[in-house]
Amino acid sequence: MKTKTEMIEMIQWIGEPVISILVLLGALLSVLSAFGIIRFPDVYLRSHAATKSATLGVLCVLSSAFLFFWVYDHYPSARILLGILFVFITAPVAGHLNARAAYRTGVPLWKLEKDELKPALKEKGIDREKAKKEPLN
Amino acid sequence: MLQVSLLIALILLSLAVMGCMFRVLKGPSMADRITALDTIGVNLIAIIAVLSMMLDTQAYLEVMLLVGILAFLGTVAFAKYIERGVVIEHEDEDRDDRDDPVDR
Repeated sequence: MKTKTEMIEMIQWIGEPVISILVLLGALLSVLSAFGIIRFPDVYLRSHAATKSATLGVLCVLSSAFLFFWVYDHYPSARILLGILFVFITAPVAGHLNARAAYRTGVPLWKLEKDELKPALKEKGIDREKAKKEPLN
Repeated sequence: MLQVSLLIALILLSLAVMGCMFRVLKGPSMADRITALDTIGVNLIAIIAVLSMMLDTQAYLEVMLLVGILAFLGTVAFAKYIERGVVIEHEDEDRDDRDDPVDR
């Protein structure tokens, strides 16, 4: 039977590489998403890179912070859990709203043969070409 | 070992913010800039988390939540502005969209 201080030392010995790997993985995913934002040819593809991989990277970094404070301060931090939940909910919503606004104001698509949303939107009275000529109304 | 990997992560996150900054400055359309700004906000949350781990304090975690909320609200407001031209719509502005001109 081990004493309590030995258990705590063992938990810290195990937790340190896990925290390191998680934080490095998150930072690497953020760099990859920035690379995608620079290199992709279109607003919609860039939004793909910005929304998915950046969210995953931040989730990895925040999980490692949660583990860090749990291992070294001996209690889980509810604020980091709130941050994880908030980023996980709001980042895809923001990406979707942004791509929708870009499509409706006539930002051009990259190499698309068939645009089936365009006539459907025209029936509802939203014309992409007209909105492109008159930016911001 | 932990401090070294935290330092490497901080440098990588700063590189990511610089890449997004390039897109903010160059981006051909307004939506590009908004996407990149939203990603900068998300990366800023990660930077604050790494910094609070490096300094071994929980004092910065409220800042993390506030930055997240402000980045989301800013993105939604910008997206609505480039789509409609206004951020907050009033009742009597879209009344001429209706079919029956009763109230006029």
